[in-house]
Amino acid sequence: MTIKEIQEDIIDEFSMFDDWMQRYEYMIELGKSLPLIEEQYKTDDNLIKGCQSKVWVHAELDGDKLVFTADSDAIITKGIIAILIRAFSNQKPQDIIDADTEFIDEIGLKEHLSPTRANGLVSMVKQLKLYAIAYQTQLK
Amino acid sequence: MVTKTLDIQKIRKDFPILQREVNGKPLVYLDNAATSQTPQQVIDVIVDYYQRYNANIHRGVHTLSQEATDAYEAARHKIQKHFNIAHSHEVIFTSGTTQSINLVATGFTSFLEEGDEILVSAMEHHSNIVPWQMLCERTGAILRVIPMNLDGELVMEAFHKLLSNKTKLVFCNHVSNALGTINPIKEIIDAAHKVGAAVLIDGAQAAAHIKADLQALDVDFYTVSAHKMCGPTGVGILYGKEEWLKKLPPYQGGGEMIAEVTFEKTTYADLPHKFEAGTPNICGGIAFGAALDYMNGIGLDVIARYEDELVQYATEQLLTIKGLKIYGTAAHKTSVISFNIEGIHPYDIGTIVDKLGIAVRTGHHCAQPIMDFYEIPGTVRASFSFYNTKEEVDKLVEGVKRAKDMLL
Repeated sequence: MTIKEIQEDIIDEFSMFDDWMQRYEYMIELGKSLPLIEEQYKTDDNLIKGCQSKVWVHAELDGDKLVFTADSDAIITKGIIAILIRAFSNQKPQDIIDADTEFIDEIGLKEHLSPTRANGLVSMVKQLKLYAIAYQTQLK
Repeated sequence: MVTKTLDIQKIRKDFPILQREVNGKPLVYLDNAATSQTPQQVIDVIVDYYQRYNANIHRGVHTLSQEATDAYEAARHKIQKHFNIAHSHEVIFTSGTTQSINLVATGFTSFLEEGDEILVSAMEHHSNIVPWQMLCERTGAILRVIPMNLDGELVMEAFHKLLSNKTKLVFCNHVSNALGTINPIKEIIDAAHKVGAAVLIDGAQAAAHIKADLQALDVDFYTVSAHKMCGPTGVGILYGKEEWLKKLPPYQGGGEMIAEVTFEKTTYADLPHKFEAGTPNICGGIAFGAALDYMNGIGLDVIARYEDELVQYATEQLLTIKGLKIYGTAAHKTSVISFNIEGIHPYDIGTIVDKLGIAVRTGHHCAQPIMDFYEIPGTVRASFSFYNTKEEVDKLVEGVKRAKDMLL
């Protein structure tokens, strides 16, 4: 699936819920299914700055595709990163670089997060894209 | 003597914001330690100021300026009376506690030498740590920390041992914002004075709950922020003993703080104006006075009794939740309950209860050293005011239970 198709799936899933408590319940479930980062990569270098809870993200190439793993000490944050990883993991770095992130606004995620969490979300997206840029250079 | 009680329904009607909904639910505001809400009586004073007599003070000969000056100075007198301060010129209007502390910390630069010591308690807000660190960098003085125990109480034996003739300044909050501990400030002040050290007490968190008699305390400096006691944001005071305020150099240069200016030399104005450069938060100062009137109309002793009962109830109810741990179990504490549930990040609880209309603070509460001490990333903090009710406590407990079920 392309990033765009996955994002549309996520938008569809989120539109099924009536209220934000249900959406949070879903995000918590997603958080539990997050592809976890290996302990050895839970280093300060892999910590995303700008998040008030701790978020670690690791990226590595599998062939020509970039695979992300992550973890957080807060479960809702885990849910957020799980959504992002679902959209961007197992994709070619160039596609990750080119992908737009409007689906975040469409599912209403940002406006339902506290400003500190919303900033954290922006930092997470930025970090995923930075990894993509770094590995794209490596691929060349 | 008949004990005065508090008419909670009448009081709640004074606060328009308590009528609003958040996320479709009635607001349950339990973040009073961050900022308290504003009663209509204070809002009216703010509106009246801008509608009738908005003018710059201490300058104009015109009527509006006179009226604004009178109202501003009347507020200073109210503050003087409320805290039993000897002279009204010992009340310096500032933008709040942070500025008050910075004023003292900056002023002390010329009083300290390398090797002098500043004692700071282990349960301080960041705004109470950083200015002293900066002062130490400027002067070569050393910052020493008064430790605390697991209940969140200062270890007083350690404090007394830390005191020496090198100690020049002791700094401590009256009440901890993160834990609610009421610190034994009288003991601290008296012991510090015996070694010749000055004492600054941060009253930001205490002022809404405890009426401090500053002359009886014999404290050298005391700070208060209006927005923690039903007043507006951006205004507060620094109390300083006259002898200290005379010695301290001006903090900022500008209008209002000068007596005479030529390009060769400026002579500074008398107290309190020496420390009040520029046009102050005039409306804020006046509204601060109105907030004190409002709180004194109810009575701080009545407020304290009501809040103590509420906090006790909240503590009992929260502790019925399995896995919930309260941080800060000092024998003397005011209306703050900091807690965590085993296995759950405080942010997650805060996020879920917000969706239920409940406002609590989550995080390190600008007191990271305390969180490091307990080895936790932060806590959920519910802080209470006299306009909160037992029904609201019940909603908090239900909300936390619901969050726990979702998150575990």
